[in-house]
Amino acid sequence: MASVTYDHVVKRYTADLTVVKDFNVEIKDKEFMVLVGPSGCGKSTALRMLAGLEAISEGEIRIGDRVVNNVAAKDRDIAMVFQSYALYPHMSVYDNMAFPLQMAHMKKPEIDKRVKNASRILGLDNFLKRKPRALSGGQRQRVALGRAIVRSPKVFLLDEPLSNLDAKLRGQTRIELQKLHRDLQTTFIYVTHDQVEAMTMGDRIAIMNAGILQQVGTPGDIYDHPANLFVAGFIGSPTMNFVPATVQDGTAKASGFEVKLPKPINSTKGTLGFRPEAVTDRVVDGGTAMDMKVDVVERLGSDQFLYGQVGGDQVTARVDPRMAVQPGDKVRLGLDTRTMHYFDAESELALL
Amino acid sequence: MTVASERMAVQAGKAAQSTPEWLAGRLGGLALHVALISITVAWVVPTAGLFVSSFRDLNSITTTGWWTALAPPFKFTLDNYQHVLERNNLGTSFVNSFMIAIPATIIPATLAAFAAYAFTWMKFWGRDWLFLALVGLLVVPLQATFIPLLKLFTSLGLTGTFPAVWLAHTGYGLPFAIYLLSNFFRALPSDLFESAEIDGAGTLTVFFRIVLPLSVPAIASLVIFQFLWVWNDLLVALIYLGGSPDVSPLTVTVANLVNSLGQGYQWLTAAAFLSMIVPLVVFFSLQRYFVRGILAGSVKG
Repeated sequence: MASVTYDHVVKRYTADLTVVKDFNVEIKDKEFMVLVGPSGCGKSTALRMLAGLEAISEGEIRIGDRVVNNVAAKDRDIAMVFQSYALYPHMSVYDNMAFPLQMAHMKKPEIDKRVKNASRILGLDNFLKRKPRALSGGQRQRVALGRAIVRSPKVFLLDEPLSNLDAKLRGQTRIELQKLHRDLQTTFIYVTHDQVEAMTMGDRIAIMNAGILQQVGTPGDIYDHPANLFVAGFIGSPTMNFVPATVQDGTAKASGFEVKLPKPINSTKGTLGFRPEAVTDRVVDGGTAMDMKVDVVERLGSDQFLYGQVGGDQVTARVDPRMAVQPGDKVRLGLDTRTMHYFDAESELALL
Repeated sequence: MTVASERMAVQAGKAAQSTPEWLAGRLGGLALHVALISITVAWVVPTAGLFVSSFRDLNSITTTGWWTALAPPFKFTLDNYQHVLERNNLGTSFVNSFMIAIPATIIPATLAAFAAYAFTWMKFWGRDWLFLALVGLLVVPLQATFIPLLKLFTSLGLTGTFPAVWLAHTGYGLPFAIYLLSNFFRALPSDLFESAEIDGAGTLTVFFRIVLPLSVPAIASLVIFQFLWVWNDLLVALIYLGGSPDVSPLTVTVANLVNSLGQGYQWLTAAAFLSMIVPLVVFFSLQRYFVRGILAGSVKG
C-alpha cells in the first residue's frame, strides 16, 4: 500500500522529442487513478516510467517515500497488466501466475497458496492446467490480473487492459475491476484512451494531451468543470457543443443565439461550451432559446439526440424521447445556462 | 466475391452456358497440382535413377540407361552394397560423420541462440552495426577463407583433427544461424520481455525460461539446416581433415571410392544411398518443426 508521486517528471527521447512534459501528480494510497488521453499523449509512457520500463529523463517518481528513479523494475514492488496481457504462451495458467513468485524465490507451499487464492478470487480454478491459447479473451485477461494479484504489490499498473475485449465483456470487467480494487485495498493506476472507462472507474482522473497534464480531479468535477477546451471536448459523449462567440457587456453573442453570462469575464472572443443535455425541448420563459434546423435524429429509447444547425453552428441536443421530430424540421430549444462554459480564444482556458 | 455477383454468375451460367465459377476453381487447382507434381518428379527422378543404379553391375550401368533395368528381364544385384559395406571402412566413416556433424551442429546452434537473443533484446553499443556486419558475412565465399584458416589451424596444430572442422563449420554456419534466429526472436512480443522484467526475471532466466521454449520450432529448423549441411559437406572436411581414413567422414570416403579414371562408379551409388539414410531420418523426425521454422515470424505464436 503506497502513494505514488510524480514530481516534475519529463520523458525526452531526443532533444526535440519530449513525450511527457513536466508531469506532476500525487496519487493517494488506495486510490483508483485513471490516466486518460488520446493515443500518443504520453499516458502510457508516464505509466511505463513508474513501472521501470522507461528511464526518467528529469524529475522524480516516488512510491511511498522512496524515490524509484534508479530502482530496477522488479524491486519497485509493483505489478503491471499489459494490454496484450503478455501471458507466457508455453506455460499453464498456474505457472503463469506462479512465475513472479518463483522469481522471488518463494517457497513452494506459499506459492501454491497464493496462486490458489488468486484463482479463486478470479474464478480461474478450473483452468489452472490450461495453456493461455485454450482460454477466451476474458479468461486470459483474468490470468493477467491474477499474475499481478499474487505478488500483492504496493501499486497495480494497468495499461489499457480492457481494449482487447468485446463491448459486453468490457462493461462486465469494468465492474469486476472496481470490486477487485475494493477488495485488495491497493493503489491502482489505470491507463486508457476511453473516457467512459475513465469516468466510470476512476476515483480521480488525470487527463493528458500532447505530453502535458491538463486536469486532475474526480469524474464529476471534470465533467462539470473542465479546465480547458481540450478536457471539455474529450470528456462526455456525445461531445460538448462548441460555438464561437463574442462577448460584449456581459452578453455572449453566437451566430444563432445570445446568452447573458452569469458573471463578468475578461475576454472578448472565445468559445461557448454546453453539453447536449443542456439543450432541451423545455423553453423557459425569459430563458435562452435557440432555433435549430434538424439534420439527424437519433432515438436511443431512453434519449433522443438531435443534430442540427443553430445559426451557422453545429449543435447537438438531448431532448425528450417522446418529442416528435423529423429531419428537416425547425424546432425551438431551450438552453440551460447554469452548466454553460466559456473558453477564451487565446488561452483556451475555461473562464466560466 | 459478393453474393450479388455470385448470383449473377449462376444466372449467366444457366442462361448462356458460360464457364461456371466452380469449373474455373477446379482448373486453377488442377494447374497447381500439375505444376507441383512435375516439380516433384523433376526432383525425384535423378534420385530414383541413382537408387536403381545402386542395384546394377558396372557393365549395365555404363552401357545402358537406368530406366532399361525397370523392364524385364530383371537383373538386380546386391553386390555393390556388399562391397561397400565389407571392403571399405564405411563403419569408421559413419562414426566420424557423427563425430563431426553433432558438435558442428550443437556449437553453432547454441552460440547463435545466445547471440540472436543479445542482438534482438539487449541494448549495447554498436549493436545494429555489428548485426549488419554479421549479415554482410553471409556473402563471403567459403573458398576465400581456406588458405588463411588452414594456416591458422596448422600453426595451432589443429589440422587433421575434429576440432578444426567443428570450428570451421561453426564459423561458416553462425551468420546464417544468427540471422535466422534473430528474425524469429524479434517477432516475439516485447510485452513478454517487459512483463518478465517486472516479474523479476533476469536476462538468463528470460532466455532459458521464455525465449528458448518459445523458439523450439526455429531452433529445430536451424538444427536440421546445419546438420544436413555438415553431414553432406565434402569440401570443408577434405580441406581441414585431409584424406586420412581414420578421421574421414562418409562424404570423403564415398568420394574416394571412385578413382580418377572413373572406376568404382557402381559402388558410389550404393554408398551414396547408405549416407542418405541419416539425413532422411533427421528430416522426417523433425519435419513438422521444419515447416513451422520456415514460416517463423510470419505467424504469431
